[in-house]
Amino acid sequence: MTLDFARRVEVALRVNDRDRTTVVSPRTTLLDWLREEAGLTGAKKGCNEGACGTCTVLVDGRRMNGCLTLVVQCAGREITTVEGLAGPGGELHPVQRAFAEHDAFQCGYCTPGQLMSAVACIAEGHAGDDASVREWMSGNICRCSAYPQITAAVLAAARAPGADDGDER
Amino acid sequence: MRDFAYARAGSAASAVAALDGPRTSVIAGGTELLNWFRLGIAAADRVVDIGGLDDLRGITSDGDELRIGALATLNEIGEHPLVTRTAGALASACLQAASAQIRNRATIGGNVLQRTRCPYFRAEEPLPWPCSKRAPGSGCASLAGRHERQAIFGWTADCVAVQPSDPAVALAALDAQAEVLGPGGPRTIPMREFHLTQQEAADLGDPARETRLGPAELITGYRIPARADEGQAYVKVRERASYEYAIVSAAAAVRSTGNRSTGNRSTGNRIAAGRVALGSVAQRPWRLDAAEAGLPGTPLTREALIPVIERALAAAAPLPQNGFKVIMARNAAVRALLLAGGAQ
Repeated sequence: MTLDFARRVEVALRVNDRDRTTVVSPRTTLLDWLREEAGLTGAKKGCNEGACGTCTVLVDGRRMNGCLTLVVQCAGREITTVEGLAGPGGELHPVQRAFAEHDAFQCGYCTPGQLMSAVACIAEGHAGDDASVREWMSGNICRCSAYPQITAAVLAAARAPGADDGDER
Repeated sequence: MRDFAYARAGSAASAVAALDGPRTSVIAGGTELLNWFRLGIAAADRVVDIGGLDDLRGITSDGDELRIGALATLNEIGEHPLVTRTAGALASACLQAASAQIRNRATIGGNVLQRTRCPYFRAEEPLPWPCSKRAPGSGCASLAGRHERQAIFGWTADCVAVQPSDPAVALAALDAQAEVLGPGGPRTIPMREFHLTQQEAADLGDPARETRLGPAELITGYRIPARADEGQAYVKVRERASYEYAIVSAAAAVRSTGNRSTGNRSTGNRIAAGRVALGSVAQRPWRLDAAEAGLPGTPLTREALIPVIERALAAAAPLPQNGFKVIMARNAAVRALLLAGGAQ
């Protein structure tokens, strides 16, 4: 019953359809590990306290803030980052296409998080109308204030055939 | 963030045994704990992870009582049909909290243990100002400075902060019980008594204390009486329409004399019984007991409800900058009762 506390922990997880094993200090966040160890710099570090959403990734298909998640909490989990959205030939995910078509960004810093959140928002069934998208996308801040275009892109992607059978599970 | 040693609990009992040790924290979702570590609000040498304990998961009902495991996330609770059907105020409170991403991680066990959003408290160490929560006995920079978002009940000169949890307000209004496991075994704590105002903590001789949970105790779940014959509502007043803490909030449950199933929402409807709790007005959810006693027989109209609520708010002690919260709390309570009673 006495627990073994460790200062280095081995974690096996799956990232963008690839199995990986890593050894981390327990304090390592999923965001820091993705950016600094896994070479996946798509998820951005904005506020590092869960306020901005630009670190949003999918964990077992559910959107979460990478900065509020420890790698040790991801053992056996499947992570999808923005790098995992496009198809094997580089063809864009329908949500990515919708963002490009609707000009749903200016500086682009929030875009990886917006995309991941949008993919989940659509899969959850929360992209039925403007008000629902605004409510369920409120965890992703856009300081350029491209919200009307982002909302339009999410709604368009939700209506496009095949939008909800991507990487989200 | 300073590093720590980490272990996964094999059972709730093993987590409690570990918590009984020195400088040990428990992690479930981690959305609060990691920010505490970053700011220096908490420091731990050891962190025990309860996230893998399946017996702390799940939302079930036996018809009379709803049981929600401590590891249920806010999104799971907010969209679960058992909760939306028999504890609608809690479902609504969960979905009005935080963001979709945070609600996928944040658990209902940890949510009620979140600490105040007071900006003087949530600053990175070393603090350039006094804060009795960070340095006991140092005083309250907010009382001397900005405090328009702070308490109107139960505060002391030591601290004027409010408890910000949305679900805690609904749990208090719904007469929920927290199931707790500690070194001495399991026990329950009524959610309307779970949190302590600064004054209550001082009266207990421990001004720093914020809840009745013991240092080595773990919340394992909640039991909520299921009352199918009443309507419920959670009203959250905030500066942004989404992803913002409440200035004030109100959870209400109402059994009315009108027949809601026929769609009869005439002004003839009266309250048969009602319960209402305010949020973000004190360091605990604030049940309006005096108002509840006066609710039976009261017509479900704004004009009839205002004086009943105002009588219960007569004991408020607003600070120089937050007198508006008394009026805002009154209006939130009235609106929650009207919504719960189906009159709006």
